[in-house]
Amino acid sequence: MPTATQITMVPVVVDNEKCIADKGCRTCIDVCPLDVLWIDEKTGKAHMRYDECWYCMPCEADCPTDAVTVNIPYLLR
Amino acid sequence: MTQLHDITIKDIDVLVIGGGTAGPMAAITAKEKDPKATVMLLEKANVKRSGAISMGMDGLNNAVIPGHATPEQYTKEITIANDGIVLQKGVLEYAERSFDMIQKLDKWGVYFQKDETGEYDVKKVHHLGTYVLPMPEGHNIKKILYRRLRRNRVEVENRYQAVRLLKDSEGIVSGCIAVGTRDAEVIVIRAKAVVLCTGAAGRIGLPASGYLYGTYENPTNCGDGHSMAYHVGAELSGLECYQINPLLKDYNGPACAYVTGPLGGYTANANGDRFIECDYWSGQMMMEFYNELQSGNGPVFLKLDHLAEETIQEIEQVLHTNERPSRGRFHDGRGNDYRTKMVEMHISEIGFCAGHSASGVWVNEKGETTVPGLYGAGDMASIPHSYMLGAFVYGEICGENAVTFASDRTVPQLDEEFILQERDRILAPLRRDDGIPPNQFEYKIRRLVNDYLQPPKITRKMDIGLQRLKDMQQDIPYLYARDPHELLRANEAQHVLDCALMAAQASMYRQESRWGLYHHYVDHPETNNEDWFCHVQLYKDEQEQMACKKRPVDPYVIELDEEEKTAYQRMRIQKVS
Repeated sequence: MPTATQITMVPVVVDNEKCIADKGCRTCIDVCPLDVLWIDEKTGKAHMRYDECWYCMPCEADCPTDAVTVNIPYLLR
Repeated sequence: MTQLHDITIKDIDVLVIGGGTAGPMAAITAKEKDPKATVMLLEKANVKRSGAISMGMDGLNNAVIPGHATPEQYTKEITIANDGIVLQKGVLEYAERSFDMIQKLDKWGVYFQKDETGEYDVKKVHHLGTYVLPMPEGHNIKKILYRRLRRNRVEVENRYQAVRLLKDSEGIVSGCIAVGTRDAEVIVIRAKAVVLCTGAAGRIGLPASGYLYGTYENPTNCGDGHSMAYHVGAELSGLECYQINPLLKDYNGPACAYVTGPLGGYTANANGDRFIECDYWSGQMMMEFYNELQSGNGPVFLKLDHLAEETIQEIEQVLHTNERPSRGRFHDGRGNDYRTKMVEMHISEIGFCAGHSASGVWVNEKGETTVPGLYGAGDMASIPHSYMLGAFVYGEICGENAVTFASDRTVPQLDEEFILQERDRILAPLRRDDGIPPNQFEYKIRRLVNDYLQPPKITRKMDIGLQRLKDMQQDIPYLYARDPHELLRANEAQHVLDCALMAAQASMYRQESRWGLYHHYVDHPETNNEDWFCHVQLYKDEQEQMACKKRPVDPYVIELDEEEKTAYQRMRIQKVS
């Protein structure tokens, strides 16, 4: 059964200018209950890798540099 | 640390699975009772922000506070709200310990609203009694729990998903097999007692938005514990008494009538009129809600636009900083302002959640399941309408009893053959090159649940649904995961499938209607107390098949008055003649 990949608009947006994941910060990644935030290998910054969001907001609330914004997923908006 | 082939085996006295609400309390209590015991809290996410209260909670929905309510009164109210099918001893045990728990949390730094005289500011939301205590600073509750976990030196293991429970040759639970959510490492935690606190099964039905994670419950709570308990041989109870919640349409989070009600807000129909007497959730209340949605008076709305500016600000302050703080953002996106417009409401997809309804892994007043060595607390366990405070109280009860059970037990023997077979089963999706992605597998289960299992329940439909779900069991060997995260979802999806099968089986077994919308069975529209005044227990039989049986309701410890018995049947506003 062959598989395909599809694009999806993800709810959590990280401002790379403000994100300090490349300096070792893992706060948003640690607190996400769904474990959908990971390090982007290319930039060293946090990003949303899986579109499985409960728009619950610990990532945004706990970010030390206000780099994270949680949007309501498009399907619900 | 010992090894079984390539599997690490970790030994512990008490294992608590699930670090949300009940779990931390169970672990802290076990450690407080016996500081020498080793206690591990295993969590699929991170205990700092896991479970139903990851962003806090806006209030206690069931506080039994002297001067406002008595344990006897509360036990009566919950008995009536559940059409009589309750283990009263279990409810009473909660109620008697409720106030002590509030005081304990207060001492730990949880702030409860007090009036000008310094007394707890309790509000009336229920049909009969007064039990709602606001927590305007409730957003910090997880931080307070975390501090206590560290102080008591509970061993915390984050990002491991427990997948199956283990038992010894005598049938006593002896730990679990778990898998790392980021590295797919399979480990065994051998324990002398296990407390399951895995929350609701909130991913059985599909939200109306179609977004798999836009669930009412925190979607991490997908029925891991329900499935594990079932497979280890424990009984589950009341699964036909679904959880269905009123909610903000599409956002799918609580509209919070418990918060807005005491401040003058209410649930209204399209004409802006009240149609229910009481916003406290019960099956009958949900039935009236459903009827209004289906009638010409729908949709249903949360009405606040008649309130004063300062009242609305107070409501916004609580609702937009607590529990589900993205509510405000959702309203902004649509240009919804409580001041000018009513907000559209709806009812949720189905789930199992004892926190709001009555379904879950059967436990008695000691938190014991039907399998020795296994305890259960919180939204997953069968004590009805327990909410957050009930999770704390039963977490405490389970912590005490589990550590006592563990102290009398030697290190249990492990079933090596079972462990190796489970390891291969768990990891199978990673070892394929293509196949069925977990998200499609799960979407299909949940779409079938909506099509065939949600009320109104109809035998012919449930027959088809059950058959389609059973057919999907044949798809399990074809599940495909590209990485450890997708493997986590593949394991969760199998637990979701178990829960969907349980919902169908239990619903078809109880051949009557009860609990309003929760078990509205069109083929058997009447409540039949003669044959069905009993619990329905679901379990795995000797042929490894899902089976149901009746369990009589234990004699009441608190008798009901005739007048009270039907209070929850009288939900609809009576027209003035």
